Amino acid sequence: MAYEQEDFNVDEGNNSAGPYILRLFITGASPNSIRAVENIKAICENFLAGNYELEIIDIHQQPKLAEGEDVIAVPLMIKKSPYPQRRLIGDMSDTQRVLKGLGLAANS
Amino acid sequence: MSKSQKKIGPKSYSTLAKVLTGITGLDEITEGGLPKGRPTLICGEAGSGKTLMSIEFIVRGAIQYNEPGVFVAFEEKSDELAMNVASLGFDLKKLQDEKKLRIDHIHIDRSEIEETGEYDLEGLFIRLGYAIDSIGAKRVVLDTLENLFSGLDNLAVLRTELRRLFSWLKEKGVTAIITGERGDGSLTRQGLEEYVSDCVILLDNRVVNQITTRRLRVVKYRGTVHGTNEYPFLIDQDGISVLPVTSLKMANKVSNKRISTGVKALDGMLGGQGLFQGGSVLVSGTAGTGKTSLAASFANEACNRKEMCVYFAMEESPSQIIRNMSSIGINLQKHVDSGLLYFNASRPNLYGLEMHLVAMHKCIKKYKPSVVIVDPITNFINIGSVSEVKNMLVRMIDFLQEEQISVMFTALSLNTIVSEQTDEGVSSLVDAWILVRDIEFNGERNRGLYVMKSRGMKHSNQVREFVITDNGLNLIDVYLGPDGILTGSAREQQLLLEKTGEAIRSSAFVRKDREILRKRQVLEAKIASLNSEFESVEEELNKVYLEEELKKQILEKNRAEVTRMRRGETKEAPKTSRKK
Repeated sequence: MAYEQEDFNVDEGNNSAGPYILRLFITGASPNSIRAVENIKAICENFLAGNYELEIIDIHQQPKLAEGEDVIAVPLMIKKSPYPQRRLIGDMSDTQRVLKGLGLAANS
Repeated sequence: MSKSQKKIGPKSYSTLAKVLTGITGLDEITEGGLPKGRPTLICGEAGSGKTLMSIEFIVRGAIQYNEPGVFVAFEEKSDELAMNVASLGFDLKKLQDEKKLRIDHIHIDRSEIEETGEYDLEGLFIRLGYAIDSIGAKRVVLDTLENLFSGLDNLAVLRTELRRLFSWLKEKGVTAIITGERGDGSLTRQGLEEYVSDCVILLDNRVVNQITTRRLRVVKYRGTVHGTNEYPFLIDQDGISVLPVTSLKMANKVSNKRISTGVKALDGMLGGQGLFQGGSVLVSGTAGTGKTSLAASFANEACNRKEMCVYFAMEESPSQIIRNMSSIGINLQKHVDSGLLYFNASRPNLYGLEMHLVAMHKCIKKYKPSVVIVDPITNFINIGSVSEVKNMLVRMIDFLQEEQISVMFTALSLNTIVSEQTDEGVSSLVDAWILVRDIEFNGERNRGLYVMKSRGMKHSNQVREFVITDNGLNLIDVYLGPDGILTGSAREQQLLLEKTGEAIRSSAFVRKDREILRKRQVLEAKIASLNSEFESVEEELNKVYLEEELKKQILEKNRAEVTRMRRGETKEAPKTSRKK
């Protein structure tokens, strides 16, 4: 609920504020995970060069984190910053939707 | 029950291993619990008790069977859940601290999620696997898995992942419960029953005549026999209780022991010894005929014997009954204080018939009484049809007989004409039927009591007058007068009349006696006078006779003298005369 409220307050196209903090949860070397890592790296380099921190977490190794972040569907990428927080699931192959999720859709 | 269960246990291990749920009654219906190491689907509408049943499965497993459990909540947060079940006495936090329970809240918010391609639910598997392994869980609940469908769009992925989830759960060897919301025309909205094919339990919450009854049905249970009926269940402060109500085998033991009704004269009518222990007795009658008084007297007597009694009051509050009964010299308060008497007061329309049965069942199981009183059963008619009420009472009587508990029902009959059937149609079920009725005569109403039937014992066929005095209840023989039976003041009057008649009659007798005496005296006097008269007559007669004799002697003497003188003899003459 709190997130939604912030949705209203913060301008959706705001991409100049701060670095992008991204957390990608994957499950070992599954095909989806490998694709997701490749895709998101490409997207970040193309659109957010130098302005992002990408943390890749294998929940097989750290199952406790999966609970903390409420991970169900994987691959899952959580955009921690800037607000609003968004959750992107899938192998990130749909670039348009990834950009929309990152709040970069207007730029493309 | 538990003994027979244990007998079944080893036998069914060869076919299908089961896990006891610990939920009262459910293990009996399923003949040993849920299939071990397999998922079970519990489906039902909103508010039918799915979550509660599944959490009870987990908690009972952790507490009673030492099987830790994982509860995956898709709907409620862990503290919300803890709060909701705290009212049932389940301390989830403590169990979590003891590592017997783990609650994992999974939150899916569609608005936060952007789907960007292929994905799977490996995250769920990992979390679940982690939770299971961390406490060595044997039981898992997924409540409600269908929330995944509202959060995620890709149905194809969801369905394959669910299929994988269930086989994964089986591999893990955990006994799982999956809950699902009931859909239109299908058991669950998302067709979960397709995946969970071993055991499906349907919960239902039906409102009939504004009264809700929860029911449970085992729709499917592969590889085992199970009860197929709909069983009512109750959610109360002790959790869920299901009552397997159709175990009507009619193979109950019977007792020859007799117990007093608390009214001596009534015991006298019942062959002098009272009712059979473990029997059922119906007291029916019109309003105000003292049915409750009889019931209270029965309860009082049981408590005086130091036996436990449970009194189901359907009409009056316990304090009302206690007050009213103290006016006729029955002190129930002391029995309540000593814990021998327990009142369970509830309005009939508090819940459905089946629920009443479950509640009574529970109460009886808890207090283990030797005497049970239901006062009255008439009001059950308000919440069910005659046949339903009868069914319920059959089961109740059956259960009580099995437990060797004596029961007294009271029933109000509305018509003043003595009917051969009570309104509830239970008269054929009970062992004894005592009828109290009004006898209206001579401008007053009195109570007449008679034993309509009493199985297996000699009983009186007489109508007795049932009197309620300050010192308790009593039965008096009614007076059979020329105008039929007399009761109440008419009887008293008749008795007085008889007494007066007696007095008059006895004084008449005394008078007659005296008269006879007098007559005798008169007659005796008469006899005496006649006697003396007779004597005087006799004397008179004797006198004449003597005179004649004397005369004759003198005449003869004279003649002899004359003769002698004629002959000139002097000496011989006196001699001959003397000889004569």
